[in-house]
Amino acid sequence: MSEFDNHLNLPARTGKSAAESGRRSQTLRGLKIRENLLAYIFLSPSLLLFGVFLFYPLLRSVYLSMHSTDPAGRIHSFIGLDNFRALMSSGDFLSGIRVTALFALYTVPASILLALLLAALAHHLPRGRRLFQFSFSLPMVLSVGSSAVIWKFLFHPTLGMLNYGLELAGLPPISWLTDPGWALLSVSLMTIWMNLGFNFIILSGGLGGIPEEMYESAKIDGAGPISTFGRITVPLLSPTLFFVLIVSVISAFQSFAQIHILTQGGPMNSTDVFVYSIYREAFVNFRFGTGSAQSLLLFAVIMLLTLIQFKWVERKVHYQ
Amino acid sequence: MRRFHARTATVYLILAVAALLVLYPVVYSLFMSVMKPEEASAYPPSIVPHSFNPANFTEVFGIVPIAVFIGNTFLVSGIVMLGQLLTASLAAYAFAILNFKGKSLVFSLFVATMMVPWEATMIPNYLIVRSLNWLDSYQGLIIPFLATAFGTFMLRQFFLQLPKELLEAAKMDGCGHLRYFAGHVLPLARPALGTLAVYSFLNMYNSYLWPLLITNSENMRTVQIGISMLEFQESTSWNLVFAGITLAILPSLFLLAFGLKQLVRGMAAGALKG
Repeated sequence: MSEFDNHLNLPARTGKSAAESGRRSQTLRGLKIRENLLAYIFLSPSLLLFGVFLFYPLLRSVYLSMHSTDPAGRIHSFIGLDNFRALMSSGDFLSGIRVTALFALYTVPASILLALLLAALAHHLPRGRRLFQFSFSLPMVLSVGSSAVIWKFLFHPTLGMLNYGLELAGLPPISWLTDPGWALLSVSLMTIWMNLGFNFIILSGGLGGIPEEMYESAKIDGAGPISTFGRITVPLLSPTLFFVLIVSVISAFQSFAQIHILTQGGPMNSTDVFVYSIYREAFVNFRFGTGSAQSLLLFAVIMLLTLIQFKWVERKVHYQ
Repeated sequence: MRRFHARTATVYLILAVAALLVLYPVVYSLFMSVMKPEEASAYPPSIVPHSFNPANFTEVFGIVPIAVFIGNTFLVSGIVMLGQLLTASLAAYAFAILNFKGKSLVFSLFVATMMVPWEATMIPNYLIVRSLNWLDSYQGLIIPFLATAFGTFMLRQFFLQLPKELLEAAKMDGCGHLRYFAGHVLPLARPALGTLAVYSFLNMYNSYLWPLLITNSENMRTVQIGISMLEFQESTSWNLVFAGITLAILPSLFLLAFGLKQLVRGMAAGALKG
């Protein structure tokens, strides 16, 4: 940006006569105004859309969260922080946090570790990397909607493939989606399957960025594959791993479709994650005020995670 | 040398088993979609189909208007994709090439939008769309998603990499910004635009919550909602449900087959920028 500035000013400084340089600075000023105008014309579609569908709604969320509303969404009265207080004191909200945290705990480490293992194994293959890349990334491009319906049938208590597999292995069947002890694990299983592809692709990209000489010198030093992986691959990959971690946690906090299709938050609220309870509050119970309060809390959590990530990236850039 | 071969073979074996497990649910739906109804609901379930009944695909059109769902989804995703390419490339050009007052402020405004989860604005957006009478309409499905901060960043990154001499040469030839943008920058940015196109199309094609909220009538539903509606029709047999699912996922499969490289590059760009 600043280089470009210099470039723009350069002709003016080399101008010889005062009159000429005056004329030049005038045309330059004209050019500058035109460039400003053009820039804002170019930005206006995006700015307008963000204004109407993002910044204004965000402020409106804050406003709604401090009011009670009628079922049509009209403001009833100002109640300050009562919505937040009610959320905090009601057991539902705390259990929602707990369920979401558990969901993240089940899905995030498993899908990252699996993806890391598969990416590391596929990295040095002489051939067939594209084929594996295609296979592992396939679930990623399928919609959550279709995938969840597919899994609903895999989870089917009597006819489903998963229980059939258990039977073949001589194990008793599991009521995957209807047992409160299993429902969240079942949804997590499907989510791990769904997220594996994204993590695999990002981590493969990260592995590709590690210079080959590192591995060669490790080999010369007589390091085995496991110590090479632990001492070279993982440390050099840590920024990518961190990125994948943050993105996965954020997406765990935003999960909705699979919950809506597979369990509807049940049984006994055992899968009632954050966004599902926002949805239920606002669009089933028509309490837009508490729904907004909840969505602002979600915003706070996600902003915190994003800021941590930015800080980390800054540090990484600083040290390299 | 022999040990090396054994190790490579083990790696291939592990990866192949993992790939089969990952692919299984998809293959399962393809198999189910061509089974006769008796076989699809039989126990024990068939691992490979023993009957072949392609009529499922025509039959499923009779139960739900799946052609309408797919048509709607394509229309909405296509327009959003084109719109995002346009708004993002314009904004990216402003950030990468032009100089203007308040650049860093506007830029940080764009950064800020990436931190706002869409769910945080969902309730007011629903109320806005409702007050505009856009429920159950294409504009309600499309317009809120026409701008993208992520896409803007990706394209800006790409535009910044274009050699400065190119702009200088163009200026020397008396080429203004509009012509430079349309005639030079956009054609050169085709790979980045392609990545954004695949990414935004898939995103929109797969979105679930917003179409669920704002559409009600059968002829406005998108395919993702339509598929889960299929499943709630008690009388429907599974082979038909899976025929519907297969129809719904085929476009994504094609897009992945042709756009894998683009998609990977796009996501890698996202990862590098953090």
